Amino acid sequence: MADAALQGRDEHETTTGLPHTKLAMWLFLSSECLLFGALITTYVLYRGASTKGPFPADIFDIGYTSVSSFVLLASSLTMVLSLGAAQKRDFMRMRLWLVTTALLGMTFVGGQVYEFTAFYREGLAITTNLFGTTFFVLTGFHGVHVTVGILMLLSLTGMSFADRLPEDPAFPVEMVGLYWHFVDIVWIIIFTVVYLIPTGPVGK
Amino acid sequence: MASVSVPADRARGIRRPTALTGFWSWFTTIDHKKIGLLYGAAAFAFFIIGGLEALLIRSQLAGPNQTILNAAQYNEIFTMHGLTMIFLFVMPMSAAFFNYLIPLMIGARDVAFPRINAFSFWLFLFGGLFLYSSWFLGGAPNGGWFGYAPNSTTDPTSGMTFYALGLLLTGIASTAGAVNLGVTIINMRAPGMSFFRLPPFVWMGLVTQLLLVFSLPIITVGLFELLFDRRWGTHFFDPTQGGDPILWQHLFWLFGHPEVYILILPAFGIFSEVLPVFSRKPLFGYQFVVFSGVAIGFIGFGVWAHHMFAAGLGPVANTAFGISTAIIAIPTGVKIFNWMATMYRGDLRFTAAMMFSVGGVAMFVIGGLSGVTHAVVPADYQQTDTYYIVAHFHYVIFGGAVFGLFSGMYYWWPKIFGRLLSEGLGKLHFWVMIIGFNLAFGPMHILGLQGMIRREYTYPESLGLTFWNQISTLGAFLIALSVLVFIVNAVRTQVRHRALASNDPWDARTLEWLTTSPPPVHNFDEIPVVHSLDELWHRKYAEDKGGRLVPVQAGAAEERSHGPAHAIHLPSPSYWPFVAALGLPTMAYGVIYSWWVVGLGVVITLVGFYGWALEPSVAE
Repeated sequence: MADAALQGRDEHETTTGLPHTKLAMWLFLSSECLLFGALITTYVLYRGASTKGPFPADIFDIGYTSVSSFVLLASSLTMVLSLGAAQKRDFMRMRLWLVTTALLGMTFVGGQVYEFTAFYREGLAITTNLFGTTFFVLTGFHGVHVTVGILMLLSLTGMSFADRLPEDPAFPVEMVGLYWHFVDIVWIIIFTVVYLIPTGPVGK
Repeated sequence: MASVSVPADRARGIRRPTALTGFWSWFTTIDHKKIGLLYGAAAFAFFIIGGLEALLIRSQLAGPNQTILNAAQYNEIFTMHGLTMIFLFVMPMSAAFFNYLIPLMIGARDVAFPRINAFSFWLFLFGGLFLYSSWFLGGAPNGGWFGYAPNSTTDPTSGMTFYALGLLLTGIASTAGAVNLGVTIINMRAPGMSFFRLPPFVWMGLVTQLLLVFSLPIITVGLFELLFDRRWGTHFFDPTQGGDPILWQHLFWLFGHPEVYILILPAFGIFSEVLPVFSRKPLFGYQFVVFSGVAIGFIGFGVWAHHMFAAGLGPVANTAFGISTAIIAIPTGVKIFNWMATMYRGDLRFTAAMMFSVGGVAMFVIGGLSGVTHAVVPADYQQTDTYYIVAHFHYVIFGGAVFGLFSGMYYWWPKIFGRLLSEGLGKLHFWVMIIGFNLAFGPMHILGLQGMIRREYTYPESLGLTFWNQISTLGAFLIALSVLVFIVNAVRTQVRHRALASNDPWDARTLEWLTTSPPPVHNFDEIPVVHSLDELWHRKYAEDKGGRLVPVQAGAAEERSHGPAHAIHLPSPSYWPFVAALGLPTMAYGVIYSWWVVGLGVVITLVGFYGWALEPSVAE
């Protein structure tokens, strides 16, 4: 990401015609696929393996998490709107949508913090049982990824105010967008696997 | 984040350093060649340390009931020996060759992300130092390089916490480096350098980087789970709570087997460069060598459970992985036949580089054959956790990868340092090393089949294992002697100012020999235009009507210079990769000692990355 400005100058000279940063971002995201793949696999392998409660059905509030998931998905839309504005060099709208995206992301992370606290009060800590271990680590890893994304969005906004964006301002927005959409898509899978698919009988 | 503030005169960020020479320039350099040298120097230092650990192991095992090391120390020493040789020597030494040579071989001026390159190096170095600091902070990792749970999760010392964090640090460094070099190969080739004109070393480099990109995240998850189990009492590998230690084995070997190819493919690339040059023939079946390397990369992800035959996965899984393991021997065999056919009826020159390549291929074949015996599941039950396995992987990793790396050192030394290593000392190095190597690891096959168990710190005299253990120890010290010969050779060459190397001392085939020895900062005065595989060779030689080689007129091979190089803008050095890399080990210490230190590490990393993002692209 950081090298986008540096590379912007001679990007048309690359062998494939793709900017280095875009290629690197796709390689990085493909690596991330395996990271989340291994984490989700761990969760799935251990579904229903907890020897004691609380169990998912005791504790999940599907309605609440659906709303916060919707908030995160909505942020993908605002991310696209921001990119569209950047491509038209409409910097006011670009910043507006960048900040909106970050705010939606913060709402999601805030919701996650609230959810974690609520679960903790109901007796589910990371050490309580295998469900707590796998749930907090998987969703926590995702939450950290969203947080890093928020940092990038706000940094981008700050750089645009300081007039530090490269000649093609849409490029860094597109790169942060790639990361942001990836993190959103991962959440769709996590939400489905963790919350929506009911856990089978305990101890199976 | 003080560094983000912009001074009133809108000077963009902190000024970049400008010095390209001198002691401090090594800390700020983003030149792929200097970073390659840093990787090489650090990796060689770790090689010496790992070698001393090996000598301690062999001294302890030189006779029955020895007490040079106690059991606890022995566990630490063999664990650190494995970690050092794999993660701190072979991988970074391969990275050294890739860093230095890939841009030169594809006709580029640098890698795609020079500062990320520097970041990768510093993080690797800090990760290695972090691992070694464990000796002074309550004990080194002691659960083997594979760190099997629940032994690794329940060990009372902090050694395996250092293991998890240290490997996470070097893993992040390798991932960043792999993305960088992968993009470089795909996206920075000189005009005309299509994929099937890439030198085979670059192809193997590409496969290696992709293996790293796809296998490291898996071990990352395993290491995080191990860390959480150890540090925060989670239950990932805790059978009392429903956890399954076998999950660790899957996560580890899903990384661990591709890792084997990460270690060996760079050496395969070196063999594929050295053998044609010293046979004065093109590489036989270039496409086959390339595709078999790609096939090894793919199939390498489908064989991991052959490390776990004795874990009780059941007959179906064991059979499937036995078959896939036998299959992966095919592309490997294809390569070996290609190398033999390259040499067949060639105009062979047995230089030190050539001897190390031929010796490396031969030793790898022995290791490969004992590897095929592991694919036979019932036989593997007998071999598991015996010295037969130790013999096997040393023939592959030392006999294959390390011989390959030494071959590369003799081959590219004149390009990198501008001076030729002594051939006489090089050949002495080769013969002492290959004899010592076979004495050290050959007897381990016998010891293993006699039932000598891996990782036991001593053995009783009544087992009759003493003789071959003594031979093995003798071999280990011969290897050490041969490394000493190499060091003497290297120091003599540089200090006594031995013969200067020409641009192309070996009459080689690839682009790095087109530029000066050592290459200028900008690599090529003019980026070469590539017309064929073995571009440099075809610039030097043509075939007459009878198919005989005739030299093209003198001077045609030299790159024509259209004026001085002052028009080439290279990015300036930078402080920030060093700073950003410093933050991560700080966080790692924090995880062990205090959240405040974690916070400090986060701040250092953020300062590093913001400074990085905001600094100007050239010094003003």
